[in-house]
Amino acid sequence: MHIILDKKELAPNVKMLKVSAPLVARKSKPGQFIVIRISEKGERIPLTIVEKDDKIGSLAIIFQEVGRTTKELGELRKGDHILDLVGPLGKPSEFRKVGTAVIIGGGIGIGEAYPEAKAHKAIGNRVISIIGARSREFLILENEMASISDEIYITTDDGTKGHHGFVTDILEELINKKIKIDLVFAVGPPIMMKAVSEITEPHRIKTLVSLNPIMVDATGMCGGCRVNIGGENKFACVDGPTFDGHKVDFELLIKRLNTYIAEEKISCKMH
Amino acid sequence: MTDSKHKDLSKRPSMNKQPPVKRVRNFNEVALGLTQEQAVKEAERCLQCKDPKCIKGCPVEINIPLFIKFIKERKFNQAIEVIKERDNIPAITGRVCPQETQCEIVCILKKLGEPIAIGALERYVSDYELKTKIQKISKLKKKEIGKKIAVIGSGPAGLTAAGDLSKLGYKVTIFEALHEPGGVLTYGIPEFRMPKGIVRSEVEYIKRLGVEIKTNMIIGKILTIKDLFNLGYDAIFIGSGAGSPHFLGINGENLIGVYSANEFLTRVNLMKAYLFPKYHTPIKIGKNTIVIGGGNVAMDAARTSLRLGSDVFVIYRRTEKEMPARTEEIYNAKEEGVKLRILTSPVKIFGDEKGRVKSLECIKMKLGQPDETGRKRPIEIPGSNFSMDCDTVIIAIGQAPNPLISNSTKGLKTDDKGYLIVDKNGRTSIKGVWAAGDIVPDSGTVIEAMGRARKAVIDINKCLSQTRPTIKN
Ligand SMILES: Cc1cc2nc3c(=O)[nH]c(=O)nc-3n(C[C@H](O)[C@H](O)[C@H](O)COP(=O)(O)OP(=O)(O)OC[C@H]3O[C@@H](n4cnc5c(N)ncnc54)[C@H](O)[C@@H]3O)c2cc1C
Ligand code: SF4
Ligand code: FES
Repeated sequence: MHIILDKKELAPNVKMLKVSAPLVARKSKPGQFIVIRISEKGERIPLTIVEKDDKIGSLAIIFQEVGRTTKELGELRKGDHILDLVGPLGKPSEFRKVGTAVIIGGGIGIGEAYPEAKAHKAIGNRVISIIGARSREFLILENEMASISDEIYITTDDGTKGHHGFVTDILEELINKKIKIDLVFAVGPPIMMKAVSEITEPHRIKTLVSLNPIMVDATGMCGGCRVNIGGENKFACVDGPTFDGHKVDFELLIKRLNTYIAEEKISCKMH
Repeated sequence: MTDSKHKDLSKRPSMNKQPPVKRVRNFNEVALGLTQEQAVKEAERCLQCKDPKCIKGCPVEINIPLFIKFIKERKFNQAIEVIKERDNIPAITGRVCPQETQCEIVCILKKLGEPIAIGALERYVSDYELKTKIQKISKLKKKEIGKKIAVIGSGPAGLTAAGDLSKLGYKVTIFEALHEPGGVLTYGIPEFRMPKGIVRSEVEYIKRLGVEIKTNMIIGKILTIKDLFNLGYDAIFIGSGAGSPHFLGINGENLIGVYSANEFLTRVNLMKAYLFPKYHTPIKIGKNTIVIGGGNVAMDAARTSLRLGSDVFVIYRRTEKEMPARTEEIYNAKEEGVKLRILTSPVKIFGDEKGRVKSLECIKMKLGQPDETGRKRPIEIPGSNFSMDCDTVIIAIGQAPNPLISNSTKGLKTDDKGYLIVDKNGRTSIKGVWAAGDIVPDSGTVIEAMGRARKAVIDINKCLSQTRPTIKN
């Protein structure tokens, strides 16, 4: 049984749960995710493992209440349990000592950027973090990110905190300042990851992005999560979720993410 | 041969079915089974051959004449006992086995007219057992012998191996990746052909034989084969199926509205998208669906699409004769209104500005010389391209093994297509590890999976009775 050990509201409609899952916790590595289903009639949804605690045997997940399933998940309380939890899924990220790594997290993606930043720090890379959100109240894990970064930049779309603008503005600034960047890792809305990749490509800076297509089984069985990487189809759930940002067909990803917009509206009304 | 010469031996009862106009509007089972009178009458037709050909046609060698004899005597509980000596999940095989190419094709009565309806009789007795809720634990179950076995996957292969090993006294744990056991029976074959309530009852029976089923456990991720040995399992049986869908590799395959049959059927069956929004997983189905392929999977996808309210074309590059689907399923599909376009192959899928499927360009084919499978090779007719409007395309051209296990297991040998290499007893290249079902080459039906799983069980039992295997490397 996967009991919810702790629950926190990080921002409006953004919640963090700590869930008991000892075996998954023991096996999981940064970059991996889980799939959960919370009721007999529920959907299977993927969520990144933000943090794990081997001692307690727990996983932390962060989600934004956007659809029916995440809303229902947000209604669960400490002590409730999650019906189905499977993982660790996806390929673990690889960490090598490269020098300077720029870790970019947008919105809820900051939750996914955090374990990456932490692992880069642990292996001895210089970590420059850029985290951005719509507005100050939507910035999450600010302190956590700061504690493991050598430098941290904050941006908000409305200027309520940090730089008034996008994470990409800061990235460009760093590049213009001729700061040597050996690796960029970006996670957030596809449009942000696309913009990041477009900025780094002419400078030949290795750029990794973590993709979030719609998934069903997340075991490589359905192909619903297929993404196009350098002209070749890959299943994000088993071949990813992290790919070379310069090779990703973001237009396709964005279109496919819109597949069930009409159905989601119906679903949310039912909620 | 007693009084059989006084009877008309040539005719068998036809399966009672929901009428086509009614059934295309629901997901209830199409075939309704035989009545008791029909079953008994059909059983009376059996000649009780001295050298019964039917048994040899059956991959798990059920004592067919014996169970039929019990039906004739209305001893249905005894009939089911006979079947269950060989087949732990008869309510399933009675529904989906291609009897017409196995036991029934060799039935001696086929020469005189129609073979005994063996499949229908098997289904009759297993339904009888489920209805009367007696599902007895087989008397064959032996005392526990203190050895444990891990079974990976809970499809027909895994369930069979687990059930049989448990009967032999082993402590068996099944590890299943999905949240529901059953494999293809649960996620692939639709409710109207394989009711999930039946799958659940058969899975319950396996559990009552002492098998533990751990769902949400992906071997290769949460635990590796090596971990399983370290946890003290004495042998491992892999029945992980062939779950990785093939795509066509043509333009437009990633448009919205293009599904692999696996995704389409998983959404509808496992996640119950046909009951959306009551169930939360959606499915996108338009008014015109094209299914590409000619196997059981294509037929299931086509008939599911019909029930979701779409018009359906199945396109297949050879002719109906070469279609690998069961004759019965092609017949059912056509009767329900699925339209076939044979000698047709897809070329390119076109979409609108939002990335949604709009049409499919096809090319006409003709048949050439037989290829290595013995089927005539389809050849394109240059310049015969034409376009079909559609808003949903379902690709059902087969699947390959999922590489999760082989990739995470050093020394586990596969062939060039990724199937696990096994000997005739199902032994893999790693000592202590057996495999059967769709994960091994040249298997593709429920009963073949079960037949090979049984062989592996016999070999596992033989090995474990001698020494305790250890992992190589
Ligand atoms: C739509 C459809 C219709 C069909 N119709 C028929 C029919 O009418 N008659 C017929 O005889 N055959 C039919 N078949 C074929 C038949 O279903 C298969 O041959 C049979 O199910 C194979 O059994 P299996 O146990 O080897 O694999 P599967 O049934 O595929 O089961 C494998 C199981 O292993 C699990 N698994 C996979 N990897 C792992 C892992 N790493 N860790 C843990 N678990 C894992 C999977 O989730 C799955 O539950 C059909 C197939 C499909 C897809
Ligand atoms: S071959 Fe046909 S007639 Fe003979 S025993 Fe088998 S089912 Fe009966
Ligand atoms: S989610 Fe089904 S293959 Fe990736």
